[in-house]
Amino acid sequence: MTLPDASANGSSANGSSATGPSGTGALMPVLTANWGLERAWTLASYAAFGGYQALDVALGMTPEDVVETVKASGLRGRGGAGFPTGMKWGFLPAESEKPRYLVVNADESEPGTCKDIPLMMASPHTLVEGVIISSYAIKANRAFIYVRGEVLHVIRRLQAAVREAYAAGHLGTDIHGSGYDLELVVHAGAGAYICGEETALLDSLEGRRGQPRLRPPFPAVAGLYASPTVINNAESIASVPAILKNGAEWFAAMGTEKSNGVGIFSLSGHVTRPGQYEAPLGITLRELLDLAGGVRAGHELKFWTPGGSSTPLFTAEHLDVPLDFESVAAAGSMLGTRALQIFDETVCVVRAVLRWTEFYKHESCGKCTPCREGTYWLAQVLARLEQGHGSEDDLDLLLDQCDNILGRSFCALGDGATSPITSSIKYFRQEYLDHLTHGGCPFDPAASTLFAQEVLA
Amino acid sequence: MSEVSTGDTTTVNLTIDGMPVTVPEGTLVIRAAEEVGVQIPRFCDHPLLAPVGACRQCLVDIPDAGNGRGFPKPQASCTIPVAEGMVVETDNATASKAQQGIMEFLLVNHPLDCPVCDKGGECPLQNQAMSNGRGESRFDGQKRTFAKPINLSPNILLDRERCIVCQRCTRFAAEIPGDPGIALIDRGARQQIGIAEGRDFSSYFSGNVIQICPVGALTSAEYRFRSRPFDLVSSPGVAEHDACGAAIRIDHRRGKVMRRLAGNDPEVNQEWISDKDRFAFRYADAEDRLRYPMVRDADDPSTASGHRAPLRPASWLEAFELAARGLAAAGGVGAVGVLPGGRGTVQDAAAYSSFARDTLGGADIDFRARPLSAEETRFLAEHVRGRSEVTYADLDAATEVVLIGLEPEDEAGTIFLRLRASTLRQAQAGAQRIRTIAPLLSPGSAKLGAELVRCTPGDEAAAIAGLTDVAPTAVILVGERLATSPGALDAAAALADTTGAKLGWVPRRAGDRGAVEAGAFPLDAHARDADQIIEGVLAGDVRALLVGGVDPDDTGDPAAFLAALDRAEFVVSLELHPSEVTRRADVVLPVAAVTEKTGTFLTWEGRPRPFPKVFDKPATYSDAEILGQIADRYVAMESAAPPLPEGLAGKHPRRAAAGAAVGAGAFRLSTWKLMIDNGSLQMGDKSYAATARPAIALLSRANLHRLGTTVTVTGDRGSITLPAQAADVADDVVWLPSNSTGRGVLADLASPGSGVEVTSA
Repeated sequence: MTLPDASANGSSANGSSATGPSGTGALMPVLTANWGLERAWTLASYAAFGGYQALDVALGMTPEDVVETVKASGLRGRGGAGFPTGMKWGFLPAESEKPRYLVVNADESEPGTCKDIPLMMASPHTLVEGVIISSYAIKANRAFIYVRGEVLHVIRRLQAAVREAYAAGHLGTDIHGSGYDLELVVHAGAGAYICGEETALLDSLEGRRGQPRLRPPFPAVAGLYASPTVINNAESIASVPAILKNGAEWFAAMGTEKSNGVGIFSLSGHVTRPGQYEAPLGITLRELLDLAGGVRAGHELKFWTPGGSSTPLFTAEHLDVPLDFESVAAAGSMLGTRALQIFDETVCVVRAVLRWTEFYKHESCGKCTPCREGTYWLAQVLARLEQGHGSEDDLDLLLDQCDNILGRSFCALGDGATSPITSSIKYFRQEYLDHLTHGGCPFDPAASTLFAQEVLA
Repeated sequence: MSEVSTGDTTTVNLTIDGMPVTVPEGTLVIRAAEEVGVQIPRFCDHPLLAPVGACRQCLVDIPDAGNGRGFPKPQASCTIPVAEGMVVETDNATASKAQQGIMEFLLVNHPLDCPVCDKGGECPLQNQAMSNGRGESRFDGQKRTFAKPINLSPNILLDRERCIVCQRCTRFAAEIPGDPGIALIDRGARQQIGIAEGRDFSSYFSGNVIQICPVGALTSAEYRFRSRPFDLVSSPGVAEHDACGAAIRIDHRRGKVMRRLAGNDPEVNQEWISDKDRFAFRYADAEDRLRYPMVRDADDPSTASGHRAPLRPASWLEAFELAARGLAAAGGVGAVGVLPGGRGTVQDAAAYSSFARDTLGGADIDFRARPLSAEETRFLAEHVRGRSEVTYADLDAATEVVLIGLEPEDEAGTIFLRLRASTLRQAQAGAQRIRTIAPLLSPGSAKLGAELVRCTPGDEAAAIAGLTDVAPTAVILVGERLATSPGALDAAAALADTTGAKLGWVPRRAGDRGAVEAGAFPLDAHARDADQIIEGVLAGDVRALLVGGVDPDDTGDPAAFLAALDRAEFVVSLELHPSEVTRRADVVLPVAAVTEKTGTFLTWEGRPRPFPKVFDKPATYSDAEILGQIADRYVAMESAAPPLPEGLAGKHPRRAAAGAAVGAGAFRLSTWKLMIDNGSLQMGDKSYAATARPAIALLSRANLHRLGTTVTVTGDRGSITLPAQAADVADDVVWLPSNSTGRGVLADLASPGSGVEVTSA
């Protein structure tokens, strides 16, 4: 997919001023607040916007107090699982002979997920400042940002920001005269979805082939180079400076009771103005669609993913589900990475699910049997159904295969691979059967394309 | 079993399939289940490898994790430790469905070519598909395919289609011998085992991966397609290639060994054996195997020119008779030397010993078919014979191990693996410290994490004296090569005495320790050792030789040995194959190979390792049986000559110790035998032989720079030209493999520790 351009798409909703958007109460730009500024990715722009002030606030506190602040803010992991960030930091052993590491997971590869890459593209210093504060909090003197290898432009921008930060004394030795030292390494992945799994990421970062590790030991005890390690999502870490600057109460006051703060919602697909919409957790898709100009003109919502392709599908009946961790889970899906892929009625759900399944088959690392063999098999059964071959029994076969994968695989990749299949059969069983009676896909694939107007005219 | 609770281990009580079980804390559920006879299906799990949880076949239902709450999903029993009060169901509806589901997935891409697969009939995948799988697969799609077998090494082939990527082989390679030459590559359904470009899976223990492969993906070049498991008869055995006493399983068909596998002996070799123990067995079926006795008729006028009459076939009875008569004619005590070699069983060694001492009335005997010294003779009598101070378990427990003149990876494979296991295990607690006194840190020592105490060949005694911090909980292992280093064995014994550390002597051959116990070496100061027997022959004092499995080129002075065979008036040879000894012998008696006799090897520890006869072949006799026949006839002979006068033995001055520098070269020669080399018991398997490490001279970087990558090493016995590589040896040391070129270093070059010249070739 094409990257949403912050200035072209997002800014229409996010506004270009530091004071936030006008006229849309639901939006709350924090991470995205400076994206519309002139050359927002430069240190000069970031500093003029008040950048690296939070670092001074943090360095004026004890590391323990920084951890407490983040705990009190209620910040939960933005990588999908929603584990409380401050609590994760607290899992590091109090004393250890080995060095501690902070590793930032910026291997954003989930189909539909596109928040960290725009963030690092538009304002890499937000992440760099977050890394410094977070490393200080966990007493790490070396940090790594593991960036998805395919996004070379983002890697370059991030590297430039790190270079600027070193030159300005935000990184290196005796940061801001505090006596605190930090080295920050930007590491590029090599094109494997599995390396977004935190322990596979650690293997990859160590120079090995990325495959998930057996836990325990957990990374907090034996992570990178068998040393105590905190791994956080890029957006989680990027959220830290604002929390330090504005206070834990400010952050905790936003969002819902158990899902505090703001998050970036990435709208893509059949939506009038796709892009990044930063809002308090608990906003609904209906509200977000209002902000984004609705589903593409002349069409209606058919299904959507709340948090990327690994989260079970929602339909139009879920338009008012508050997008926070609890409400989405209660409705049968997961908040995930707030990657809202919008599909209108021109889309064949079977075809969409087949595409995702082919992705999982391609990205299965191969370590465990159910994911390796299961995704391989699922793709064949789905392809057969999509072509109108097979039988209704194949739906039960698919569901049974998914049952044999879900919860049996080594990591969440296999679990995620089953989500689109089981949820699509749940909501669109008849559409699968239509393929059999129709002798193939009853949809015109061209109708779902963005150039459909021209093609069909 | 479930009631057993040892004092120093915390135990945990749980319930598996309704049966109570008590196991030590930290035990994995899959192991706990085995305690009550519950076999959970598994592929990646192996008790001697670290858990990985990859295949997911061992999923079980845990309705109560011990805290009153159950796991919502089935759990892999190979990675989950037991907990107090845990309830495990391995066979209920949830567990069975999970196991069947995984099995169905495993068979999606498996070719199901069982009818033509070597593993068919002994295949964990086949067996568990029957016990824990669905009757019919629902998969009717396209299987992924790979090109048929690829070589991981000259000896190990991989059929990737059959592979279920359980990672047992890669984990074995990395964890057990530390030879990570194979690794997972690619991903998803195309994930496979691979080797680095241009590099083999090179390991002395590579054959173990074939045995632990739970499918037929790994095969050896010589065995694949040769037989089916259900056609084979299995007999237990003991490996005859080193002094480690590894348990093996011999699979044979119609009187021929088809393959050998590792036996399972937790106290000795656990479940691993070296490639030598596994693949080097074809010597017994070699074309040139001696099958009948041969004798040489007495000189007749036509041979007066110096040529002896040719050997001719003879009956056993005639050969026994002639052997007895010839030995008797030689003149009895002092006039006959007995050289049994080190390959025999303890029964064979005892027979040689008894033949020399009782039948011949006190003839000189020495089993050592290698460089030796008077110091070693004394050491064997005082510190080895009758003692059993160190065992494998002591290696595990030792806080420290000192290796002197011993390269376990090359010379004692089981010790190498045991030391690696204990270092790895202890790395978590307080690491076991391993030090090696050697001229260089060999690849094997590096894999043991050993610290090098650098020492010029021949100066081991000084290096040993320099070890001042050896703990009483240490184990000192000395190799047989130390015999050639003056003072070294005495220094090692003194070190053990002063520190309280345990001392173990590790010979190379399977029969050496048994021969020591049988007294098949000089037990009093007047008796001749093997070198003196040879000198005695050359001096005309010893007139007859009785030689067992001795390769002259292994002895301290091969030229002298051959000259002695020529000079001796009468030579009896007991051998498997034609050799330089049989060619010079007057009576040649073919002996039984290990598979053709029952017997016992003593390990380097002194542990008896009895083994049964595999093949009952007619008219095939062990050394002991043959000696018994000769003895009966010898005793019956009235013509046995009277003993030689007192004092004749020992009137010859002892030679200088073998280690003393002979040549005048600027380089000191360091050498030992690589595990896989030109040894006569390793013949017959080309693929195995191709996995030998190349014969390369090791020089210091500066010398390599100066002399280039092909060098000629010249000693007092000849010269060898071979490729050279840099190693961390001193500038005045050159290392060569003992028996990987020509006739070997002892015959072609010089004595170990002596001075040699190295020139650019």
